[in-house]
Amino acid sequence: MKIVVCVKQVPDTKGGVKFNPDGTLDRAAMLTIMNPDDKAGLEAALRLKDQYGAEVTVVTMGLPKAEEVLREAMAMGADKGILVTDRVLGGADTWATSQTLAGALRNLDYDLIITGRQAIDGDTAQVGPQISEHLGIPVISYAQKIEIEGDSVIVERQYDDRYHVLKAKMPCLVTALAELNEPRYMTPGGIFDAYNAEITVWGRADLKDVEDSNLGLKGSPTQIARASDKVRKGQGEKVTLDPAESVAYIMDKLKEKHVI
Amino acid sequence: MNLEEYKGVYVFAQQVDNKVSGIAFELIGEGKRLAEKLGTEVTAILVGSEVKSLADELAEYGADKVIVVDDPELKEYRTEPYAHALASVINKYKPEILLVGATAIGRDLGPRVSARVHTGLTADCTSLEIGDFPINPIPGKEQKHNQLLMTRPAFGGNTIATIACPEFRPQMATVRPGVMQKLPKKEGAKAVVEEFNPGFTPDNKYVEIVKVVKNLTDTVDIMDAKILVSGGRGVGSAENFKLLEDLAEAIGGTVSCSRAVVDAGWKSKDLQVGQTGKTVRPNVYFAIGISGAIQHLAGMEESDIIIAINKDETAPIFDVADYGIVGDLNKIVPMLTEQLKAVTK
Repeated sequence: MKIVVCVKQVPDTKGGVKFNPDGTLDRAAMLTIMNPDDKAGLEAALRLKDQYGAEVTVVTMGLPKAEEVLREAMAMGADKGILVTDRVLGGADTWATSQTLAGALRNLDYDLIITGRQAIDGDTAQVGPQISEHLGIPVISYAQKIEIEGDSVIVERQYDDRYHVLKAKMPCLVTALAELNEPRYMTPGGIFDAYNAEITVWGRADLKDVEDSNLGLKGSPTQIARASDKVRKGQGEKVTLDPAESVAYIMDKLKEKHVI
Repeated sequence: MNLEEYKGVYVFAQQVDNKVSGIAFELIGEGKRLAEKLGTEVTAILVGSEVKSLADELAEYGADKVIVVDDPELKEYRTEPYAHALASVINKYKPEILLVGATAIGRDLGPRVSARVHTGLTADCTSLEIGDFPINPIPGKEQKHNQLLMTRPAFGGNTIATIACPEFRPQMATVRPGVMQKLPKKEGAKAVVEEFNPGFTPDNKYVEIVKVVKNLTDTVDIMDAKILVSGGRGVGSAENFKLLEDLAEAIGGTVSCSRAVVDAGWKSKDLQVGQTGKTVRPNVYFAIGISGAIQHLAGMEESDIIIAINKDETAPIFDVADYGIVGDLNKIVPMLTEQLKAVTK
C-alpha cells in the first residue's frame, strides 16, 4: 500500500503572534511547527504502515525552509519527502494551493492520501477536499478513526452531533483531526537518518497537468481586500470583593440589565 | 466566465434528519440583507430526500424562492451527491453569491463545490458586506462595485482579513453559525418553490455509509441558549460542574464549557465554546474558571453581557468581560445560586 501525507509548516500561534510595524504577520519572528492536524494524519499513516505495511511519502508545499517538516516526518518514520517550492507558487489561496498539490500528487502512485483537516494559520479546511476534487477521487473529511479493509478504507467521520462510519474504495483522500491520535516522537536513529536523507525538490516544471493560470497569486480567485490586527471589545469593570459582596455585585448587575 | 450572467443571493439550507438546521435561517436572514443592497432576491437551496415540505419554513424566515433537490441518494449527507446537487444548481441558475454554513457539513461541501465550479471560497466568515474592491481606488486598477466583501478571523483569531472574489462567480463563503441574525418568523409566508433534479449516478466518488452513530444528549443546543453558564479548567473536576448546573437551573440557563474541559473528559464536545467548538452570542455569558485563551474568546466575545469569575486577576477573560469578579468560584457560585433561587421563586 502506498500512502501520501500532505503536511504544512505553520507558525505556532499558541505562543502568540508577532506583527511587523505595518501590521502584517512577522513570520520570521515566530517559531514554526508541523501543523497539528497534519501531524495526526502522518501518525495515522505510520500506524497503518506498522499494521499493514505501507510506503509513506510526505509532501509539503512552501518555502525552502519547509524542508524541516519533511525531515521531522522522516524522523518519525516516513519513507520519502518531497518539497514543492517555486517562486511562482507564492501567494496562493486554497484553490491555487490545491491545484499545486494535485499537480505534484499526479506524479505519484497512491492508494490513500491523508491531509490534516485544517492548518492553524488559515483554519480554512479547504485544501484537502479541493485536492480530491482535482484528482477525481472520493474525500472523507474530519476523520476520527481510519482502518483498511481489503481495497477499501473505513473511516469514522465526525459531525456536530453524530459520527458516520464510511467506507470508500481506494484511492481515496482522508482529512484527519488532531484528536485522531497522539503522534509519536522522533527516534534518535530516525533523526540521524532523516538528517542525511535525500529530499526530493520539485518546482513548477515538475507539476503535472496544471495550467499557469491556476497557480500562485495570479491563479487565486480570492484576493485580500484588507487585513488587520483583531480589534477587541473594550474591557469593562473588574472588581475584587469578598464572596458576599461579589454576589451582591452580580445580583445588582443582573437586575440593572433586566436579566432577573 | 461572463460575470454579468450571475444574479441573486443563494444560500444552502442545510437540513439533517429532515429538520432544517438553525444556520439555514441565519443565512437566509443575512442573504436577505445582502440581496436588498443589490436589489435582488434570496433563494434557498434545499437538498435531501423527501424534504419538499420544509420549503414553507424557509419562506417563513424570509426566502423568496426555494430550489428543492430531492433524491433518495441524498437521504444522509455524503460529499459527492450533495456536491453534485449544489454544483448543478450553480451551473443552471448562476447565482452571484452563494452562502454555506461553516458546519461540519458545509466545511466539507463548500470546498468540493468551489473546486468543481472553479471559484473562490472564503472560510468561516463572521461578517459580510457589499462594497468596492479594491476598497480604496488604486491608480491603474479597475475598482469593481457591488462586490461581496467577506471578513474572517485567521491565525487562531489573532488577525482578521477581508477577502473578495472579483473575477469569479459565484462569490462563495462559508459562514460561522451563531453569528448572523435570522429574521422574525412570518407565519404563512410563501416562497416560489421549484424542483430540480440533475440525476444521481453513483460512481467511485460515492462512499458507502456503514453506520450512523448519534450522540445521545438531551441538552439544549448551546447556540440557542439565552443564558450560558460556562466553565473552564478552574472548575477543577467533572463533579464540581454541579455548582454550575445548579446556577444554570436557578437562572434558566444552560451549561457550556471551554476546550480544556472537553480535553479533560469532564464534558462532551457539543458543549464546547470557541474556535474549535461553537460560536455563541447569548444575552448573558458567565465565564467561570475560564482563563480566556484567544481561541475561546473567538467563540463568545459577541455575547451581550459577559460576567467573568476567576481567581487570577491577570486572566485574559477580564479583557472582554463587562463585569469581572476576581474571586473564588467555589464560594461565589453557590451563594449566587441561593440568591437567584430566592428572587426567581
